Amino acid sequence: MARRATGTRKILVTLAAWSVGLAIFFPILWTILTSFKTEAEAIASPPSLIAFRWTLENYVEVNARSDYFLHFMNSVVISLGSTLLGLLIAIPAAWSMAFVPAKRTKDILMWMLSTKMLPPVGVLVPIYLIFRDFGLLDTRIGLIVVLTLINLPIIVWMLFTYFKEIPGEILEAARMDGASLWDEVVHVLTPMAVPGIASTLLLNIILAWNEAFWTLNLTAAKAAPLTAFIASYSSPEGLFYAKLSAASTLAIAPILILGWFSQKQLVRGLTFGAVK
Amino acid sequence: MATAHSRAAARVMISPAVILLLGWMIVPLSMTVYFSFLSYNLLMPGMEEFIGFGNYEFFLSDPAFTEALVNTLLLVGGVLVITIVGGVGLALLLDQPMWGQGIVRVLVIAPFFVMPTVSALVWKNMFMNPVNGLFAHLAKALGLPPFDFLAHAPLASIILIVAWQWLPFATLILLTALQSLDKEQLEAAEMDGASALDRFRFIVLPHMSRAITVVILIQTIFLLSVFAEILVTTNGGPGYASTNITYLVYAQSLLQFDVGGGSAGGIVAVILANIVAIFLMRMIGKNLEA
Repeated sequence: MARRATGTRKILVTLAAWSVGLAIFFPILWTILTSFKTEAEAIASPPSLIAFRWTLENYVEVNARSDYFLHFMNSVVISLGSTLLGLLIAIPAAWSMAFVPAKRTKDILMWMLSTKMLPPVGVLVPIYLIFRDFGLLDTRIGLIVVLTLINLPIIVWMLFTYFKEIPGEILEAARMDGASLWDEVVHVLTPMAVPGIASTLLLNIILAWNEAFWTLNLTAAKAAPLTAFIASYSSPEGLFYAKLSAASTLAIAPILILGWFSQKQLVRGLTFGAVK
Repeated sequence: MATAHSRAAARVMISPAVILLLGWMIVPLSMTVYFSFLSYNLLMPGMEEFIGFGNYEFFLSDPAFTEALVNTLLLVGGVLVITIVGGVGLALLLDQPMWGQGIVRVLVIAPFFVMPTVSALVWKNMFMNPVNGLFAHLAKALGLPPFDFLAHAPLASIILIVAWQWLPFATLILLTALQSLDKEQLEAAEMDGASALDRFRFIVLPHMSRAITVVILIQTIFLLSVFAEILVTTNGGPGYASTNITYLVYAQSLLQFDVGGGSAGGIVAVILANIVAIFLMRMIGKNLEA
């Protein structure tokens, strides 16, 4: 019999957990609330939590004053583009390593992982110069390529751990029945692999959306995604809290929602299958 | 069993990924190594010359390097201590029966999904600002003088911001590990009279040790490269007080246009990261039966 949690204990645990949870979430909550204040109310002392005149003017202002929509679309195109390109390259690789393992498969996987350990600053100068010489600075395509390459090891690894869980006997049975390699992939494997591919897609969109080394160093204005656009709020000191909050809320909302759906995959993806 | 035909197909399928990653690793990295032996400034094109280990001598003997190295270690160590201790505590708490567990989990995980530039700016302006920040309001309400966090404790402030971002990651992974613990073992220990502390020390902690190691290693890889948080809050200052190795290399190469010096710094960063990476690779490799 499981130990019966006493009522008092459960109440105390609930209280403690909710307090800690709300404290950790508070900066995000505060940003969202501030985005609905006027600039004057945003810096009022003492600040009010919810008893202020709610307004949407900051959202209107942020869109009117800067080309917010352009940067938002840059984020969408870059994160989605690099993820899809990465999947296109990684799915065949992970498939072959999971189902046709060779002697060196483990070495190749470990080596791919090791490329992820390369600190970006170790290749900053050459990448910057290559981008300059090929006219790739401040272009979406340039960032898509870089983000694809830095996330490729994670994509391959995540897919590999998912594919590994598909029983090989099913493939053998299909092969016995005379299925070709193509049939095998399309009719047997793909349906079983879809959940794993979907989780990988989700996690990588999140990683690419929030990537803030290459996006800051390789873009200026045209191709700047939201990470770089928000950074431009760092210079002017003064009465811009409400607008900063509105821009921030818009930037994090989509990924916050996606993220909540992918909690479980996050663990597997970011630990390279070491913790499931 | 795999046929010769399928083996050939497998090799074809794996090659794009291998070739691309090989290119990504070898081409720029060898360029960095090459540049690191040159006297090469973007402002003086055509003046490149081979100077051997001159850049390394310059970079490693620069007082800024020592300061940045210490800052890097403090940043990584500080964030690790906060996230591991906090993460273990939170995981233990969230594993208990309670009302609304799912919602609390969501609240705790949320900071991980906030992009680094947003979290850094929100903390810098809305919390740590000495005039209009929430902490300043709080200090005023308590009758204390406001404290200018980013001017007087820049590194500690950045550690706080980065720890807030990574605490969810540690919590989530440690909670996942904790949930796979056999609860009957704990009950048996309790019946045998083991105290809560003993149960934690001799059953829970050993069970989580693997997950803790993984968290430490993976976070270290990312924490060595903290960049955006420094760029938007302090620009590495005042002086070099909040400059880490990553930021120092960035400043050297893209602000001072010293490609040679920056490249030497980049190679130093690669070597530092590799020391950690070797341990991480061993951990993960053990878990892999390919």
